[in-house]
Amino acid sequence: MTPTYYLLLSALLFSLGAVGVLVRRNAIVVFMCVELMLNAVNLSLVTFARINGELDGQIMAFFVMVVAAAEVVVGLTIIMSIFRTRRSASVDDSNLLKY
Amino acid sequence: MSAFLLAQQVTEVADTVSTGEAVAFWVLAPLSLLGALGMLFARNAVHSALFLVLTMLSLGVLYMVQQAPFLGFVQIIVYTGAIMMLFLFVLMLVGRDSSDSVVEVLRGQRLAASLLGVGFAALVAASLARALNDVTPVGLVTPNTTDGGNVANIGVALFTDYLFPFELTSALLITAAVGAMVLAFTDRHARGTKKTQRELVEERFRGDRPGSLPGPGVFATANSVATPALLPDGSIAEESLSAIVETTAKERLSGDVRDVAGTGERPDAHALTGARADARADTPAEGTATKEGEE
Repeated sequence: MTPTYYLLLSALLFSLGAVGVLVRRNAIVVFMCVELMLNAVNLSLVTFARINGELDGQIMAFFVMVVAAAEVVVGLTIIMSIFRTRRSASVDDSNLLKY
Repeated sequence: MSAFLLAQQVTEVADTVSTGEAVAFWVLAPLSLLGALGMLFARNAVHSALFLVLTMLSLGVLYMVQQAPFLGFVQIIVYTGAIMMLFLFVLMLVGRDSSDSVVEVLRGQRLAASLLGVGFAALVAASLARALNDVTPVGLVTPNTTDGGNVANIGVALFTDYLFPFELTSALLITAAVGAMVLAFTDRHARGTKKTQRELVEERFRGDRPGSLPGPGVFATANSVATPALLPDGSIAEESLSAIVETTAKERLSGDVRDVAGTGERPDAHALTGARADARADTPAEGTATKEGEE
């Protein structure tokens, strides 16, 4: 077994997240699928850091986590405000930018 | 010198994947895949969130196994601890029963998405396996054992080489916090729907009823706002009914109606003395209390 297996796992998780973004209709679940894709990329970054013997990949993963935290805060607030006006959390219902 | 030798020795060992790591991988990788699949297929959004927590926890342990202990703990604390709990909060606010609609808006979209996912996974996995098949990993033993270990080295790199991205991160976090506050803020006074106190008072005194409406009925059996107030003749005061609350059925209030109308059972004045009321009622030469009870 080599660290390549981690990259394969990361590719599988990323694909599952992408399929989830395309298939699911609930906006929050779509958001969670995006989080899964970010996590998969983080796993590959950590594995690349190990393969290269440098800590840069881990620092990149750290920045990805920070950006993901900020993104989650803003995204969930947008979902909340859409839910407040449209009374729905489905991505099919929000077909207008206003109202 | 001895530390260097030790690092050299450990490096040679850590280049390859040890048996323990392989065992951990083969336990955790199916778990994380299971969590991802569960998140994808769970109808309930809360179940999806919990499956994602499982995936993130196993990924955190995989980070620790892969010589990234700092990231592993940050993953568990920040992702599963903070972000996923935020998700659960919003799920509970936005209505966790808002499950996915089964109707396909675009025909064949699910099939196309699944095919795309499978194709993408095969492509990436094949190219990765082909490109990295004969790569020998260097391993992180040297940066993880020298100069204070993993955390200290990440900190040094963050505050020297990556100082500018780090400062940008602070700007990003501030912007996100302010943006979340702006988006979540609702201006209640700007809508014009809420009347001022003066308008309320004038409206009341110009209406046909200057006094306050009767409150809900408060009885020994019920004190909720759904309980209507009873008029002295036992009928229900219609003005005490709320327009939006479903009122209690009148059958449930029959005992209270009888009490208010005076046709029900009268209170026993000797209830606390221990004497039985019916025993006293049998003897006509009793005090005034019994006579009052008989009236």
